[in-house]
Amino acid sequence: MISDALKQPMIWDEHIVKECIFASFKKTRLQRFLIDQFAIYFLSLCALAVLCFLFNILFHLISQGCSSINWDFMTHLPKPVGETGGGMANAIVGTLILLGLAVTIGVPVGLATGIYLSEYANDRFAQIIRFTIDVMNGIPSIVFGIFAYTVFVLPFKSFSAFSGGMALGIMMIPMITRTTEGFVRMVPSALREAGLALGAPKWKVILDIVIPSSLGGIVTGIMVSLARVAGETAPLLFTAFGNKFWHSSLMEPIAALPLQIFAYAISPFADWHRQAWAGALILIGLIFMINLVAAYFVSRQNKLFSPKK
Amino acid sequence: MKRKDTSDILFRRVLVIFPCLILLIMGGIFLKLTVSSLLSIKKFGMVFLFTRTWDPVFENFGALPFIYGTLVSSLIALLIAIPIGVGTAIYLAEYAAQGVCKIVSSLVDLLAAIPSVIYGLWGIFVLVPLMRSQVQPFLGKYLGFLPFFHGPNYGVGMLSAGVILSIMIVPFIISVSREVILAVPSVYKEAAYAVGATRWEAVSTVILNYGKPGIMGGIILALGRAIGETMAVTMIIGNNVTISASLFSPGYTLASVIANEFAEAASNIYLSALIEIGLVLFLVSIMVNILARLLIWSVSAKQSTGMKAYS
Repeated sequence: MISDALKQPMIWDEHIVKECIFASFKKTRLQRFLIDQFAIYFLSLCALAVLCFLFNILFHLISQGCSSINWDFMTHLPKPVGETGGGMANAIVGTLILLGLAVTIGVPVGLATGIYLSEYANDRFAQIIRFTIDVMNGIPSIVFGIFAYTVFVLPFKSFSAFSGGMALGIMMIPMITRTTEGFVRMVPSALREAGLALGAPKWKVILDIVIPSSLGGIVTGIMVSLARVAGETAPLLFTAFGNKFWHSSLMEPIAALPLQIFAYAISPFADWHRQAWAGALILIGLIFMINLVAAYFVSRQNKLFSPKK
Repeated sequence: MKRKDTSDILFRRVLVIFPCLILLIMGGIFLKLTVSSLLSIKKFGMVFLFTRTWDPVFENFGALPFIYGTLVSSLIALLIAIPIGVGTAIYLAEYAAQGVCKIVSSLVDLLAAIPSVIYGLWGIFVLVPLMRSQVQPFLGKYLGFLPFFHGPNYGVGMLSAGVILSIMIVPFIISVSREVILAVPSVYKEAAYAVGATRWEAVSTVILNYGKPGIMGGIILALGRAIGETMAVTMIIGNNVTISASLFSPGYTLASVIANEFAEAASNIYLSALIEIGLVLFLVSIMVNILARLLIWSVSAKQSTGMKAYS
């Protein structure tokens, strides 16, 4: 093993080895032992700090949220300023509608691109697309909000559910594409060849063999991207805009949970703060649920093509 | 035979529309943002990026305070998140038992799944009071001679924003670094142990050197996230157009000024200036991402040649 390592061309500098050996000469045994021990404590402390943050956030979410969630909150509209009570029923429904719109825009584009990338293209064009998608994944969400605003809000002169759904849908595309491509690629080529050998055209093989056998993975990608955009607030600020009442059409401003949480959190009223926590608990519940579904599908998919023992 | 070919070609033609649509969207975003901010670009020119007035009443706009705020809050976030993130990744990949690693990794994923508005909510009601009553008085007392820890203590401000950003980007740093560290071929570690290295010496020399470009890539990706992060920062940075050396003072970032003022921008030039800020954000994030991808690609290319040599 080690002689192998020494034989192969050095792809890391030789000075690292020297540094390693000389470092041990300069220190006493005790020093080296202590540094090693210190490192263990420091590193586990880092991990502990991360967990502390997580548990602190979850603790506050659950304790504050549970104490303020009730049936009224789920079924009533927000009350006017100054009155206590009321709820976020319209925001909960609004978030679901926005997610539905996002899916109708994001899924077809993401799916088709993912399948195209894995089944057809391995050329320069595909590389450009992959790169574009990676870059797109890192663009701040608020930029998509501005884009949806200039394309869909300005011409129609009204904030609308549709523009919000569009912003979220565009944000879903890169993630769906990448996961779809990955899972479709994992379908063994023997399956494809079996289909082709029976005389089926390639498109039929893709639709009838490749997609069904990677369906779990495709659903996972959709779910994960859905979970990510479900909590997005920034792209909705000036597209969906928020609404105190029920919306009557998709071309009108619509309420959304993250928007409502934001508005209530920065308000000066204690009752609204309480409701912001309750809304946050519902939102995080929704997101975790979607993630759980994704985890179920991914485990099913991974079982499918894993090497049999 | 012939009919089959045409159906295949047709299917491919239909399918190829969608990747083109993605290119179209990206081009469209750039074009739309540029056209919409033309008014402001023409009026202020390059000076827009270097002036510090932001006056909607007299319609004089400069983005310097926002650029400053974005840079400073992101740097604070990186300063806190890099040691914690890389440390956790090393712990998970090299020290922790497999079960612990699995559980902690999924918990870290959980941290990444929390939406930014909820971080903001937590920031307002938990972090800011803590900063105001405990952390900032402490820093002011012992490090007050530095200009960074000077001045009145509001709780909201650059430092709080940096702290919340650091919590939000830690999961990215952890997951990328962990992947990179796990990808280090074990023969190198074994070689280090063979010359008598302790565990930490093996980790610090072999793994950190080998994985440096990949970890750097992950950190730059995280920086991109921090620059574009909007809601949590908007909720606790204080939203004040100033440039102050003190980290206790409220500030403003590129993303949060858009979030706060976009919907109420009354005049065309005001809106156009805000969209130009969006354009700056767009271009910066593209550059940051390209840099990060190149770094990560360089590592995977190196690794594949390494594997080839090994097999």
